[in-house]
Amino acid sequence: MGDFAFDLAHLLSGLMVVVSMVLLYQDRLTAMLNVFAAHAMLLGAAVGWQAEVQGAGHLWITAGIAFVFKGIVIPTALHAMVRRLGIHREIETVVGVGPTLIAALALTALAVLVVMPATEYANPLAREDLAFALAVVLLGLLMMITRRNAVSQIVGFMSLENGLILAAAGAKGMPLVVEVSVAFSVLIAFIVFGVFVFRIRERFDTVDIGTLERYRGEQQDGA
Amino acid sequence: MTGDAAMTGLSLHELVWQACQMLLMLAISPALIGLIRKVKARLLSRRGPPIFQPYRELWRLLHKEAVVAETASPLFRMAPYGQFAATWVAAALVPSFATGLMFSWSADLIAIVALLGTARFILALAGMDVGTAFGGIGSSREMLFASLAEPALLMITFTVALLAGTTLLSAIADHLLLQPVGLRISLALCLVALMVVALTETGRVPVDNPATHLELTMVHEAMVLEYSGRHLAMIEWAAALKLTAYLSLIACLFVPFGMATSTDDPVAMAFGLVTYFAKLVGLGVAVAVIEVSVAKMRVFRVTDFVGGAFALASMAALLLFVSRGF
Repeated sequence: MGDFAFDLAHLLSGLMVVVSMVLLYQDRLTAMLNVFAAHAMLLGAAVGWQAEVQGAGHLWITAGIAFVFKGIVIPTALHAMVRRLGIHREIETVVGVGPTLIAALALTALAVLVVMPATEYANPLAREDLAFALAVVLLGLLMMITRRNAVSQIVGFMSLENGLILAAAGAKGMPLVVEVSVAFSVLIAFIVFGVFVFRIRERFDTVDIGTLERYRGEQQDGA
Repeated sequence: MTGDAAMTGLSLHELVWQACQMLLMLAISPALIGLIRKVKARLLSRRGPPIFQPYRELWRLLHKEAVVAETASPLFRMAPYGQFAATWVAAALVPSFATGLMFSWSADLIAIVALLGTARFILALAGMDVGTAFGGIGSSREMLFASLAEPALLMITFTVALLAGTTLLSAIADHLLLQPVGLRISLALCLVALMVVALTETGRVPVDNPATHLELTMVHEAMVLEYSGRHLAMIEWAAALKLTAYLSLIACLFVPFGMATSTDDPVAMAFGLVTYFAKLVGLGVAVAVIEVSVAKMRVFRVTDFVGGAFALASMAALLLFVSRGF
């Protein structure tokens, strides 16, 4: 494996972490969905490069699934959903970009610090993919925590799942069945999410999950 | 590094090249401003003033009477010169057409950041000196932006220094020029972050509009509102120098191609000069395009904008630890 193979893999998976950060930075829903599409397409490219380097043909299928479904189909569907909900112009109230980005940096540092010593003897290609994948997963979790809108929580979940695929692609000998089943389950999750979002909207006239808290008794009246 | 050489013989031609570099910065900086104004005007389908208009403006300001407010302290009169001097030194230390010039042992990136910080400090102090509300608001905004942009700039410095193993700008440029660095996502992130910092620090469009006198938005202009005549000329020239310094920094760190690596070869020097001009023109056009294509932000959005640059720069440093070459 030459330097170039490593450099390109590094570039692609590093870019995925950066795009995850960009995802956290966005506060408009449509822009966020576009960034998410870019995230999934980058995942497709990263997995495709792993397939090329490892000579693993079945990874190409994973790359294709990532590129077509998560890069094109799901973002289009989310766009349609956002437009039907009438929230495409809405600016979401986030916890605050500054603290979120600082937390994101800390999580990325944590991922690097945890993975690098733990995998000292692993193949360097898999090793840095793992570090970045963990960072992407953590950033996806952070996104789900810091957002109040149900649609952006879906996006957080999907980007988290992108991180899992990235980790799986880095490990050699991952069977295709696992990847396909993961991709399929994400698709199902997406449909379930979609149904839920519309149900929430029907019920509460908003997709801000903050309003749910009153019904669960977590917030005293006055909201 | 070059300590011995500096001890044994300060050869004349080294001194000449260093003087060239210093005067070059001084000479071309107004033209750069003129170029950006011209390109912006052309992109907006206007004709625009000639590229050399800033020289005429400076000439004219230098010959006008300087009106000073009654409440001004001596600081007010000295500040423009102090600021100009600090900015000029910072600009002259950035290697433009050649690495390894005579003074390059002192061209430490951290020193350059500190010099620019000193210039900003002096100007902010002067903005508050007269006691008008505008000066105060300008100074306060400038310091707010600076407090965000400076950590980003230092993070960029650290990343590049980690990559090259030194904070000497000349040595970094040499390293990037001569060693195969490969595909570096850290460098790409640094480039974006440095662009953002440069736009913020020099008061260009997404952050501040250098051509406006609208009280809600101005930052740099508000700070220097009380200045006139030769004082204003110094400040305007220093602003041009600062822009040149930042663009040269970008050129030197990210496109070091063509820079001469030894002072003994006049042909290489000439080639370095030509490529430097080309790089500067390219970056100037890029700045103009950015300014035309984005709207100015609200003041409180700038924190997010520059904070993003800081995040990118820190990210670049983090990613460097995972890459193999480090």
